[in-house]
Amino acid sequence: MTSAPKLNLSPKVSDEVRKTTCYMCACRCGINVHLKDGKVAYIEGNRDHPINKGVLCAKGSAGIMQVNAPSRLRAPLKRVGPRGSGQFEEISWDEALQIATKTLAPLRKNDPSKLAFFTGRDQSQSFTSFWAQNFGTPNYAAHGGFCSVNMAAAGIYTMGGAFWEFGQPDWDHTKMFMLFGVAEDHDSNPIKMGLGKLKARGAKVVGVNPIRSGYNAVADEWLGITPGTDGLFIMALIHELLKAGKIDLHYLAQYTNAPVLLNSDPAAPDYGLFLRDDAGKPLVIDRTTGKPAAFDRKGVKPDLAGTWRKGGISHRPVFHQLAETYLSPDYAPDAVADRCGIPADTIRRIAAELAHVAFEQAITLPIKWTDFRGEEHSEMTGRPVSFHAMRGISAHANGFQTCRALHILQILLGSVEVPGGFRFKPPYPKPPEAHPTPHCHARPDLPLDGPHLGFVQGPDDLALRDDGTPARIDKAFTWENPMSAHGLMHMVISNAHAGDPYKIDTLFLYMANMAWNSSMNTRGVIDMLTDTDANGDYVIPNIIYSDAYSSEMVAYADLVLPDTTYLERHDCISLLDRPICEADAAADAIRWPVIEPDRDVRGFQSVLCDLGARLELPGFINDDGSAKYADYGDYIVNHQRKPGIGPLAGWRLPPEGSGVGGTSDDGHAVGRGSPNPEQLDKYIENGGFFVEHIPAEASYYKPWNRAYQDWAVGMGLYDTPQPYLFQLYVEPMRKFQLAAEGHGDRQPPDHLRDRVRAAMEPLPIWTDSTAGDADYPVHALTQRPMAMYHSWGSQNAWLRQIHGQNPLYLPSKLWNQHGFADGDWARVTSPHGAIVVPVALQAALNDNTVWTWNAIGKRKGAWALDETAPEATRGFLLNHLIHELLPPKGDGLRWANSDPVTGQAAWFDLRVRIEKADPPDQSQPAFDPIASPVGQGPGSLAWKVGK
Amino acid sequence: MTDLPDKTDRKLGLVIDLDTCVGCHACVISCKGWNTENYGVPLSDQDPYGGTPSGTFLNRVHSFEVQPDQGAAQTVHFPKSCLHCDDAPCVTVCPTGASYKRAEDGIVLVNEDACIGCGLCAWACPYGARELDRAAGVMKKCTLCVDRIYNENLPQEDRLPACVRTCPAGARHFGDLGDPDSAVSQLVADRGGMDLMPELGTRPVNKYLPPRPKDTGGEIDILAPLLAPVAEEPKGFLGWLDKTLERL
Repeated sequence: MTSAPKLNLSPKVSDEVRKTTCYMCACRCGINVHLKDGKVAYIEGNRDHPINKGVLCAKGSAGIMQVNAPSRLRAPLKRVGPRGSGQFEEISWDEALQIATKTLAPLRKNDPSKLAFFTGRDQSQSFTSFWAQNFGTPNYAAHGGFCSVNMAAAGIYTMGGAFWEFGQPDWDHTKMFMLFGVAEDHDSNPIKMGLGKLKARGAKVVGVNPIRSGYNAVADEWLGITPGTDGLFIMALIHELLKAGKIDLHYLAQYTNAPVLLNSDPAAPDYGLFLRDDAGKPLVIDRTTGKPAAFDRKGVKPDLAGTWRKGGISHRPVFHQLAETYLSPDYAPDAVADRCGIPADTIRRIAAELAHVAFEQAITLPIKWTDFRGEEHSEMTGRPVSFHAMRGISAHANGFQTCRALHILQILLGSVEVPGGFRFKPPYPKPPEAHPTPHCHARPDLPLDGPHLGFVQGPDDLALRDDGTPARIDKAFTWENPMSAHGLMHMVISNAHAGDPYKIDTLFLYMANMAWNSSMNTRGVIDMLTDTDANGDYVIPNIIYSDAYSSEMVAYADLVLPDTTYLERHDCISLLDRPICEADAAADAIRWPVIEPDRDVRGFQSVLCDLGARLELPGFINDDGSAKYADYGDYIVNHQRKPGIGPLAGWRLPPEGSGVGGTSDDGHAVGRGSPNPEQLDKYIENGGFFVEHIPAEASYYKPWNRAYQDWAVGMGLYDTPQPYLFQLYVEPMRKFQLAAEGHGDRQPPDHLRDRVRAAMEPLPIWTDSTAGDADYPVHALTQRPMAMYHSWGSQNAWLRQIHGQNPLYLPSKLWNQHGFADGDWARVTSPHGAIVVPVALQAALNDNTVWTWNAIGKRKGAWALDETAPEATRGFLLNHLIHELLPPKGDGLRWANSDPVTGQAAWFDLRVRIEKADPPDQSQPAFDPIASPVGQGPGSLAWKVGK
Repeated sequence: MTDLPDKTDRKLGLVIDLDTCVGCHACVISCKGWNTENYGVPLSDQDPYGGTPSGTFLNRVHSFEVQPDQGAAQTVHFPKSCLHCDDAPCVTVCPTGASYKRAEDGIVLVNEDACIGCGLCAWACPYGARELDRAAGVMKKCTLCVDRIYNENLPQEDRLPACVRTCPAGARHFGDLGDPDSAVSQLVADRGGMDLMPELGTRPVNKYLPPRPKDTGGEIDILAPLLAPVAEEPKGFLGWLDKTLERL
């Protein structure tokens, strides 16, 4: 019996396709949203989009389940029960905004620093920071401090950019790619696409990660390194390459500060600083004349070897100090192998492979270019080795220096901004000097004196009050962590509760689950949020929170401002912020309401426009006091950060009379230009994004390439050309050391002198950040699965069927040592606390490391999940084992569990002890359920819209 | 019972590269999305926000660990969906003729109107590639996106199975494995593409490209000269530097 029915092979796919930008993670891919009967029917990748070129990950395709999620908040909420109970009443937007205004207006009038405004996975930081700046509070940052600030700051200080949104491997030309640490949750699709390209042509992929999952599973070689030792491993590679002379001397002499002369007299007050000319330019020895010359003088040939004596003080090139430092036997492979868990022969072989590919397999592209000194080049030489790293090496207390070390390895190989190496994406490269310095001067009824966050150049730029105490609630840019370029969101609640450095009135958070997976010491943070003083008042008096979903944090707010989902809102992924550029193009993008909300919710940024006007903040009102922006879409089109520069670079109007602006073939200006009322329509017509390609002669060597510098000025990325040298040696760090040694007016407190002196080494050092008590011998890590992101993955009906629970994975050695079997549970203890959780065996894992998926565990009552959900019964957080402070050292001081350079949260320094435990009825600690403000999801789903 | 065609004009199928699959599940969810909205009844989910969520999926990714005799354990991500076998036991077992293999392209489908939900085909499939939808009571399986690959409402470049179109790493390939000159057949020839469990005699159309050898390292002896020290002491290094710079 054969039955072949007639099929309709060409069903109508949808009524309409609307193209916007994904927000299921921070990758910002272009998506085609197919609509039927006005409802979302299907989501696929946009083939024209520069980020994903048509592909889409599991999260992106599951967006449809995010948009219909039962956990969506429905209306503004006013707390009616005690904090943490989850008891709210729905109120109108008018009432909600009146409450917010009444709370915030007196703060602005009297002391704007009483507001702490911190945003989490915010993709509108240039806007939210602008709002906070106009409010006048110094207390603003997003989540970078507990994510990857070490990577970002080390990259900017070293080479004017880092990985991910700052740059990418030259996937089309690289022949050897090394991936360090956890990286599967950032730059998600581009890395998978890049790996696919490498695999298709058989290029070698090396994974350096204690855990062999995801990208490390497909790596041709896996190095299961001991957590926290990546810096030591990298320095051993540097040692071998230096010893063998396998470094790019031409590149180092021309494009880095290797030839810059350092004051080498330990008795001099400028010891360790650069020799500079009267104009402040660092000096090098010119090999033509044998005399010092400004590094950028036309025709100068910088010498890596020459020394110079001036005024009785000897000066030698940075390169001497670098070579001396890393040629030390302390960094020999045999000296580091045991600590890294990588055999010395393997370290030597990897060094040899890097050298072989960089120098024996060098490539040249026939592209002419002119450098910043005016020298013309007939081709572009490439060193086809490339690297990528993210939180894995970043989230340690030695992370800043480790990230710096990785960049130094790249630079010694001559593999940054060259064919086959690592390439910047506009608006990068951008040296630290081209960024703002931090501003913190709060004054009653006035805006802040400048942008909050930035890059300090020395002690004078620290955010300190006149009495030397921290100006910011998170103590960013203080002696405890001078280069905290992204702030320290993870310290805000703890410091606010302690009144250290001062008390605040209102904590205003956006999209940050600080009462659960985004905080260290979750239980402690919950207690701080609910703690009351002797009068029975909350220690943190007011909490306002905005989120689209019923997250754990919602229960701790006094006022909840419900945000929209990502398909119901305007957004801009701006060149002023964290754009979607590629190495060959500047690009930005929008989100727009492809569907209208079916609830009483508003985009948070539109709410801030409204609230800004109600509070009469400059920048948000017209001269007559009326609201300046109807909503965020209006702001995106009409806001100008400076004349001609707005949130979006595409389809601006030609600036009147200036003739300035990028290329355009349709009468519009690119980059610089006047606001265009039709700008959003133009973006929508173009698929939700804008791309401007970089000319071929500007495609590599960007920091030193005249054609790139000129193009960047035309685009409005710089106001003037900004050529610069890569900073192997970071002079601003030395300035902090000098202060610690007693030089200068601004002095660290005595208890921090030694720490500043030790931490701020201007050439990378390695310190054992995970060293601890022998009672806690095992490293414990988290990763985020590729199919899930942050908190909101495990409420998604489809994604939670992939990762609905998170066992603690143990390597064979520990599994056998403790006699574990399938179905067993373990008690995991750190100096801070204990958890009891289910275990599973993973053989492809560093012998002394355990790990679990991050943020799968949920609190009962949150996210519209049933209380029996495995996320709430078997799922768990490692956060309970990690404290935001280090264990007391007996000195009576609070020491943050953070990198001493940047304040980056040191999540991955955790060490634990493992024991077999009797199976409890659910993971421990278990928390009381919170009442759900949105009820629970349906019992079954069959999501088909249209016919 | 149901007959299989003697031969098919083409053998459309997938080639899945296990050396490249990073296990991201993009294909799983893209498939779920397309096939919830298209071909037959939607892929339902039971208890989607509760204690025992389960749903119908036509494509799933399994992860395995492999412990070689020497060296580190390895992780393999293994996406699995219907392999559109030439000798498909799920078809011949079907009591109603609902399961069938198309003579024109070899795609194995279920005619949902004729399916009684008896589940015999799922028992017969040695790969576990069929799932009975609990809401609708009909058997669901990979259709190779038969409603995409010929769909004149889609641009030519999108006439691909949803899983292939979405795969970020490019680990999934679609084409005619009956044509030895097709790109997919060439890929199978070049990379040693394999049948899944060939001993069962199902003659699957889909092929898997095996992982390349891992952790083989390089030969240190060959690369060793690259690391010959230029000098034994740092001072010697700087002397060497002087000489090298003179040649620049």
